[in-house]
Amino acid sequence: MSKAETSENNSASFTPDEVMRYSRHMIMDQVGPNGQRKLKDAKVLIVGAGGLGSPVATYLALGGVGTIGVVDFDVVDLSNLQRQILHRTEDVGKPKIESAKESLISYNPNIEVKTFEEPLISDNAYRILEDFDIVVNGADNFATRYLVCDAAYLSGKTIVDGSVLLFDGQATVYKPGSGCYRCLYPAPPPPGLVPSCAEAGVLGAMTGLVGSVQATEVFKEILGIGENLIGRLILIDSLNMEFRMMKIKRDPQCPLCGDNPTIKELIDYDQFCGTPPVTAPDAQS
Amino acid sequence: MTVTVKMAAVIQKLTDNQKEFTADGNDIYNLILNIEKRYPGFQSQILTDTEEVHQFLNIYVNDEDIRFLAGLKTTIGEGDIVSFLPALAGGQ
Repeated sequence: MSKAETSENNSASFTPDEVMRYSRHMIMDQVGPNGQRKLKDAKVLIVGAGGLGSPVATYLALGGVGTIGVVDFDVVDLSNLQRQILHRTEDVGKPKIESAKESLISYNPNIEVKTFEEPLISDNAYRILEDFDIVVNGADNFATRYLVCDAAYLSGKTIVDGSVLLFDGQATVYKPGSGCYRCLYPAPPPPGLVPSCAEAGVLGAMTGLVGSVQATEVFKEILGIGENLIGRLILIDSLNMEFRMMKIKRDPQCPLCGDNPTIKELIDYDQFCGTPPVTAPDAQS
Repeated sequence: MTVTVKMAAVIQKLTDNQKEFTADGNDIYNLILNIEKRYPGFQSQILTDTEEVHQFLNIYVNDEDIRFLAGLKTTIGEGDIVSFLPALAGGQ
């Protein structure tokens, strides 16, 4: 089949409304009808429907990523609304995955949103990840970050990683064989040393900035275009509006992806991080 | 050698809330000792009791992680930028 025929066939699979909706994508040589088809066929899981998950999910939905998974067990709190654009004032008290799904379908009814209202833990990580090609990490704790790292690596999936705190942000991409979160940070900080957003605060717009970087990396990964952030860590200092790029290398000593790995299955991440178990709100009360 | 030191926001409390300053040193270890003189307590937050860099923190000379250079013995030159960068977990 010629390139022209492929393009025509893919274009034909979009409704006229979709062609209009995605026209600013489709007119770009780097996307085109074939690229938009790739986006429609893509399945992306977002861990956390919070500060980072909100902008990532929103841009993926707007851009026509066909299947978006969202895993979160929290409910919308008034203090979330300074930055978490998936949720609105009337959503306070509602499970985040519900308001997330409503927002995303409202933005684009042509996509499918799969929700997982449960904490991501070792017992369910493979089940939740299995139907997705790319995992976006927007977790708010180290235990979940190491779990996402290990589960994605062991199941051969790409992670688009991001984190924010105060006025700082970081983002990178991990693909099996090119280094992982454990290569960058072999161990988590002792509990209490590095505060969370709830403890230290975060500029709301920073989540949009880092989340947009993550969303852009997801689009590039699906489309197979550009130079991705694999092997590079982007640092954003929003007070100085300074962007810097650091090199990340695969560590041959890494217990997960090194030359002699010792981590071959998921572990107890709360014990590893020295933190209390991640539990749903009902279980905490 | 005088270098520029950059501190991630979350650990600026170690340097009296200074995010960027200049300091002297011939290598990273020497630099840390000199920063310790100005900001007592800095060294113990950066290095373990066995004088290794904590595993939740990376030190970069320009854009290179010192773990892939010569570690604490990595030499630094005039005008280099040395960044102290801890892991962040904020996403919510």
